[in-house]
Amino acid sequence: MGIYFCVFLFVVNEMTTTQAEVTQVEGHQQHPLSIYIVVWILLFVLSGFSYAVDYFQLEGALRWTLILLFMFLKAGAIIAIFMHMAWERLALIYAILVPPLCLLVFIALMAIEGDYTFLARLITFGPAEEISQPHH
Amino acid sequence: MAEQTGLEGIVIDWSDDKQAFHVPWGKAMMWIFLLSDTFIFSCFLIGYMNVRITTTVPWPNPSEVFALSFGGEPIPLILIAIMTFVLITSSGTMALAVNYGYRRDKKKTVLLMLATAALGAMFVGMQAFEWTKLIVDEGVRPWGNPMGAAQFGSTFFMITGFHGMHVSAGVIYLIVTATRVGTGYYDRHRGGNYEMVEITGLYWHFVDLVWVFIFAFFYLW
Repeated sequence: MGIYFCVFLFVVNEMTTTQAEVTQVEGHQQHPLSIYIVVWILLFVLSGFSYAVDYFQLEGALRWTLILLFMFLKAGAIIAIFMHMAWERLALIYAILVPPLCLLVFIALMAIEGDYTFLARLITFGPAEEISQPHH
Repeated sequence: MAEQTGLEGIVIDWSDDKQAFHVPWGKAMMWIFLLSDTFIFSCFLIGYMNVRITTTVPWPNPSEVFALSFGGEPIPLILIAIMTFVLITSSGTMALAVNYGYRRDKKKTVLLMLATAALGAMFVGMQAFEWTKLIVDEGVRPWGNPMGAAQFGSTFFMITGFHGMHVSAGVIYLIVTATRVGTGYYDRHRGGNYEMVEITGLYWHFVDLVWVFIFAFFYLW
């Protein structure tokens, strides 16, 4: 993942530095077309990989790792390049990207709570099918 | 000058000739809206995680539920894969539209935005097909389904429904902005500033971004 981001940032740098001096007008986001095409292809390839994980029925830790990896790489490419976050000032980047970090706490809390509820259900109702289906 | 107090004081303090973000205000506001939207979708996905952890009944296998057969063997998750590629394609055309907007290439900007809107409409159409198949053929309801955990239906309809609503709103937003670019509205009223194209683009990329997470957590997990 680290290697990916290094290569990614290098390519971005290569493609933008030539234009950087000309286009550094405040809030102006004009970049060479080629960078969008590269990211576009990258998104296609990563989506293909994600689908392949399911198609080849990978299971267990390998499956979750790959799904999350491809997900974060895609999200990063969309935010950084398509949404121009890579070229914004830190004030805006932090204002937008830091607040969602508290979601990590929320996720952890709900995961712990979920495990607790699951165990409580097993103890109280047993693992059987009796509670399975409300009729529809 | 005396310090203003009360309501007027608030207005003066909040518009106190200070600028935190060196971007057009519309763009800053769109980012803040998207931040709030992030929390909404996160709450949905976290709620889904919670009910999926807590259920003692097996979760239906999305790979099989969303399989589709074209005459032969059913191909797992194929419709969702196609929808994903359609949405990514639309994100690409949108990124190019923003680029041509900055180049003031009116014709290409409008065409690419309309292409994006068309791909978005195609996505919603396929989603309607998916919902119909699930409701009519598979008997999935928000309160239960024949395949397993009852919560599958409620979380599915809520999460994909809310996302589909965002895509539909985005299609309308795109058509409005494209029309305004095409008819020269921004040339007459905004001094030829096409920044609205980029702001519309931010919204559209966000919709694609949310789908990346839904695809990973709901369909692949």
